[in-house]
Amino acid sequence: MTLETAYSDIGRLDRLSYRDTVVHRLDPRAKVVATLLFAVVVVSFPKYEVLSLLPFFLFPVLVGAVGDIPAGFIAKKVVAVSPFAVFVGIFNPLFDSSTVSIAPGLTVSAGWVSFAAILVKFALTISAALLLIATTSFPGICRGLRRLGLPALFVSQLLFLYRYIFVLMEEAMRVVRARNMRSFGGRGTGVGVFVRILGTLFLRTVERAERIYGAMLARGFRGEVPSMRHEVFRPSDAVFVLVAGGYFALCRIVPVPQTVGRLIGGLAG
Amino acid sequence: MSHHIIEFRDVRFRYPDGTDALKGVSFRITHGESVGIVGANGAGKSTLLLHMNGYLLPTSGHVTIGEVPLVKETRQEIRRKVGVVFQNPDDQLFMPTVFDDVAFGPLNLGLPPDRVRERVHEALRQVNALALVDKPPHHLSGGQKSAVAIATVIAMEPDILVMDEPAASLDPKSRRSVIGLLNTFTHSKIVASHDLDLILDVCARCLVIRDGAIVADGPSPEILSDAMLLSENNLELPLTLQGRPSVCPVPRP
Repeated sequence: MTLETAYSDIGRLDRLSYRDTVVHRLDPRAKVVATLLFAVVVVSFPKYEVLSLLPFFLFPVLVGAVGDIPAGFIAKKVVAVSPFAVFVGIFNPLFDSSTVSIAPGLTVSAGWVSFAAILVKFALTISAALLLIATTSFPGICRGLRRLGLPALFVSQLLFLYRYIFVLMEEAMRVVRARNMRSFGGRGTGVGVFVRILGTLFLRTVERAERIYGAMLARGFRGEVPSMRHEVFRPSDAVFVLVAGGYFALCRIVPVPQTVGRLIGGLAG
Repeated sequence: MSHHIIEFRDVRFRYPDGTDALKGVSFRITHGESVGIVGANGAGKSTLLLHMNGYLLPTSGHVTIGEVPLVKETRQEIRRKVGVVFQNPDDQLFMPTVFDDVAFGPLNLGLPPDRVRERVHEALRQVNALALVDKPPHHLSGGQKSAVAIATVIAMEPDILVMDEPAASLDPKSRRSVIGLLNTFTHSKIVASHDLDLILDVCARCLVIRDGAIVADGPSPEILSDAMLLSENNLELPLTLQGRPSVCPVPRP
């Protein structure tokens, strides 16, 4: 993935968050809480549990569909970061070689099951996090976190990250472009040059930080970034959190696919 | 009114690395004046501007803003009187939306929310950027960023407006609208720039700084038409005073 595509992806995620749908209009706090609940419940499943996780896909699918977020874009992003999950789980099939039967007549090593569980949990949590960002403006998330009690210092760090990631990436892109144009056929694209570019970018960032701090002091900054927006937590937000939380709890306690399977089996029998 | 006066008396400043950036600067700017500061790269313009709101404090000498001497304890008070617009709008606009950014100063001044909202709208209206109020700064063009950067400072209603290269890297039309904007302000104005035509259009008086000292101080039309003085300071005559024919003659073989 080149810097340019990374930049355009972040930009796209950002533009998606300025749309206006039912999901976008929910209070950021409601979405943050629901997403956190979702992640905690998904991760809490035991390591050989795969089938029971499947009903949880309903949450990202619904949020994405109602929020009008292109599913392909989110799927591509999930795949792009999947190597992390693959590396975490890849040795499970080797070390955990006890066998389990997953269907009549089909036996595999337990390691493969736990590997699959890791991948499913990963896909669920990452897509939910991406959808949170794609359906909530970043400043909105920050305000939500602040009002949920996150210390002001962390919140202002996040706000500055959001504001300057675009400036920094553009700067990095310009430097890399300048290097590419003068490194004919590979020479100059080595690690040594790359390290020095990182050094330059770091120094520029420090200098920029100093200038920004100067601009903040010039406008009376004394430690806390003030904000005037106060979203109102409406009944619909509470309903969203309750319904989502209730669904997660249900799927956590009752093994839905197995139950449905048994029901169908019972009807057929 | 005597309280919008800026006075520098024998101000010297040395950076921690030992560079003497200001070597005895003295001048006095009275209420309502508009003053340009010009000079070569590295002459000390930016260092001078950073003294005007107390971001830097003089190593020796005195800075007085209004009746208030600039010392560590009075910096907050002085920042309320002197608004500084920095050169790069990306450094000036650090909040996630235009509204939040323009509201930053007034909120820090402790104004009630409805007053803040009024000030934000008034400031953005003055710079013709009211339509941008909910945009994030990284979605703005260069000219829009400059206009909003100026709004962030005038929203604090300072007595004195200090600007570093207000029109750098703007296209000619955006530059012209910034010049028009500056001319509508009745504040005392101090503008540092290499754009001598801009100084000529905006400032009645001009200071030339070289090597950390003032080498000329007088009416802009006089200073900026002194070709000798300008070339000694790595500057040249403003384009409007160069007397070029309006159409370049085609050279013949």
